[in-house]
Amino acid sequence: MKKVGVLVFPGSNCDYDAYYGVKKVLKQDAEFIWHKDIKLRYYDAIVIPGGFSYGDYLRAGAIARFSPIMEKVKEYAEEGNPVIGICNGFQILLETDLLPGALIPNDHLKFRCDDVNLKVINNDTLFTARFEKDQVVQLPIAHQRGNYYAEDKVIEQLEQESRVVFKYCDADGNITEKANPNGSVNNIAGILNDEGNVLGMMPHPERAMEKILASTDGLEVFKSLLEM
Amino acid sequence: MYKVEVIVKYKKGILNPEAKTINNALRSLGYNSIKNVQSGKYFELTFPADLKKSEVENTTDEVCHKLLSNPVIEDYTYKIEKEQE
Repeated sequence: MKKVGVLVFPGSNCDYDAYYGVKKVLKQDAEFIWHKDIKLRYYDAIVIPGGFSYGDYLRAGAIARFSPIMEKVKEYAEEGNPVIGICNGFQILLETDLLPGALIPNDHLKFRCDDVNLKVINNDTLFTARFEKDQVVQLPIAHQRGNYYAEDKVIEQLEQESRVVFKYCDADGNITEKANPNGSVNNIAGILNDEGNVLGMMPHPERAMEKILASTDGLEVFKSLLEM
Repeated sequence: MYKVEVIVKYKKGILNPEAKTINNALRSLGYNSIKNVQSGKYFELTFPADLKKSEVENTTDEVCHKLLSNPVIEDYTYKIEKEQE
């Protein structure tokens, strides 16, 4: 049985969704990890969940980055173990420098809560192996600071090295400005680190793991990750 | 006592949707003489008077870089004043 650790910060609110998805839907083991813990047990993967850690004060993810557990998560990631940061978790990974770039407020300033189409740009990853390349999948988003930004040369490098994993697209897979919900450069919705073991993404796979939730595409992310 | 005023602003070329919205609001209020408004964050740090100015500077730079700003998207400036107790 696989075991997933789900970090919990003050203000996390998708932690239970991830825990539930792994435990009840995938019937694997899951455990919460409190942000003040200073030891990390053995896990097959770690989820940094969505929410508003520390009320998004200063910048989203800026304070969570200095939680005691993040030192251990950094080591865990640098040893090559899989870490997925979703929404606020993505923001935390960027602030921690485990991923390049930053997430700035959406270009239209609004909080967007919606189902979006995503194109799987790279399916040769720990997180997307169960998708086809260029497959269009549907996942929910819920954020106000999901506008991915990085310097031109960083974007170029990410694209060249196939480290852009998901892009916002329309229902037919066209990557258009209209399909971009937040102003992200090149419609980027999710990126990998250069070793390929850390994924950050704004859409929520953990909220799309059962038919009753309209899409089960999120299930495939977790199944890929846990090699199921 | 030292008082340090830190201002953090988005780097040039990075979209600041908040400033854009304030600009639009000013425009709709009829303040056409204002060419542009920028917005940012303001912090005030206080240090004890017995420190050297260079120590105050070093610590301020360190916390600005580490926490108060994100160097990927933001720049910071600060002003140090020594105040009488």
